[in-house]
Amino acid sequence: MQGFAEEFRVAMGLIVSGDPELWAIVLLSLKVSLLAVLIAACIGMPIGAALAVGRFPGRRLVIVLLNALMGLPPVVVGLLVYLMLSRSGPLGVLQLLYTPTAMIIAQVLLVTPIIAALTRQTVETLDIEYTEQLRSLGVSRLASVPVLLWDGRLALLTALLAGFGRAIAEVGAVIVVGGNINHVTRVMTTTIALETSKGNLALALALGAILVGIAFVVTALVSMIGISREREVLHHA
Amino acid sequence: MRDWDGAEMLTQPRMAVENLRIGRNGSTLLDVPYLALGGPGPTLILGPNGAGKSLLLRCMHGLIQPDGGTVWQDGALLGEDHRARQAMVFQTPVLLRRSVAANLDFVLRRQGVRWGSRKARIAALLDEGGLAGKERQAARSLSGGEAQRLAILRALACNPEILFLDEPTSALDPAATQAVEALILRASARGTRIVMVTHDVGQARRLGHDIVLMQAGRVAEHSQAADFFAAPRTAAGRAYLSGALVI
Repeated sequence: MQGFAEEFRVAMGLIVSGDPELWAIVLLSLKVSLLAVLIAACIGMPIGAALAVGRFPGRRLVIVLLNALMGLPPVVVGLLVYLMLSRSGPLGVLQLLYTPTAMIIAQVLLVTPIIAALTRQTVETLDIEYTEQLRSLGVSRLASVPVLLWDGRLALLTALLAGFGRAIAEVGAVIVVGGNINHVTRVMTTTIALETSKGNLALALALGAILVGIAFVVTALVSMIGISREREVLHHA
Repeated sequence: MRDWDGAEMLTQPRMAVENLRIGRNGSTLLDVPYLALGGPGPTLILGPNGAGKSLLLRCMHGLIQPDGGTVWQDGALLGEDHRARQAMVFQTPVLLRRSVAANLDFVLRRQGVRWGSRKARIAALLDEGGLAGKERQAARSLSGGEAQRLAILRALACNPEILFLDEPTSALDPAATQAVEALILRASARGTRIVMVTHDVGQARRLGHDIVLMQAGRVAEHSQAADFFAAPRTAAGRAYLSGALVI
């Protein structure tokens, strides 16, 4: 038990003293996941909005597929990206395997369905409420998309945070395509996995504490946004 | 009244519908051979639930495509350019999730009004609707009466020649109803043609220049308000005023 307490003390020391190795890992994690969410938003939001507003054959099937993709096992996504990027794979010439770019690609694949599905839900719900009013004001279907996205901004922010939460906490995909190379592709989750197996609990604990802190902040933001949206609805009722 | 002859073209109705039909699953929801609206004051459409009042309003505003028939505005078939000269206020106000001022700005910006003029126009509109000082408030945090007044102001910001209102006060208390009615009457006095659906006979008495009574998808009676309330021409009119007409 004393050993654990000691590890914990060292872990807190690493955080407080601003240990360069620890913070480099945290920064790389944030960089990879934030970029992945940004790219996923650029892809997922237009897809979600198009599915919400557009009407075409097979639309319902695409929505079901999209919802199913939200539950993709990260390690499988990692495997797929690995196969694409490996030297003999179709994108092998790009030599992206075991780089932060490969990790970003994997996380984009994980996060895009989440953002697209939540955007679709948000925009469609809002569209049902707004559709007659916007038509009455002479707003075309296409022109109504930015209106719906802007008015759904709180829910869409929640979708982005949900995507970020998924990306930053995921280990299966990034360890397969990133390879957990020191100072290159080592992020919080993969470092925790490695250091724990090596018995270096202090670094793992320190990173774990930071990861939990980030998860707390994200969850708190999501619920704060949720409360303010509920308040809006209550006021309106 | 059925004829669309030269004499009538001179005193052209603002809105007219001809042979308007909507049916669902074999039942008739709307069947109006001819109806012309063109009097100087508000037209109030009365009738029990399911009489087709809202459907008629939506057809005249172009929100619903009827199964058959035509809608005319100023003697021409209803088109997009007419639509731009109409506005509609719904039973439940649909306000954008933005500030009070931004709800009005949305409409003014779409009309290409420049920012300086928009600001002045927003202030004037809010003043008109008794919402001055609330411009920065979230529109969806307004009370029911304020929200409906904002919805009417937003409709008026389009400078509509014709304003359709679908039971705008059905969820409001008497004071809020009075404020909304005052707003509607002022718009009417300024020349906006008002076509309004209501369940409230008292409201129809207060506001109506002419009354359209609907029953089971058909126009049962279209009379001057004074005549309608003094002595309805039809059995349906008499039954409605006595409270006996429920379907």
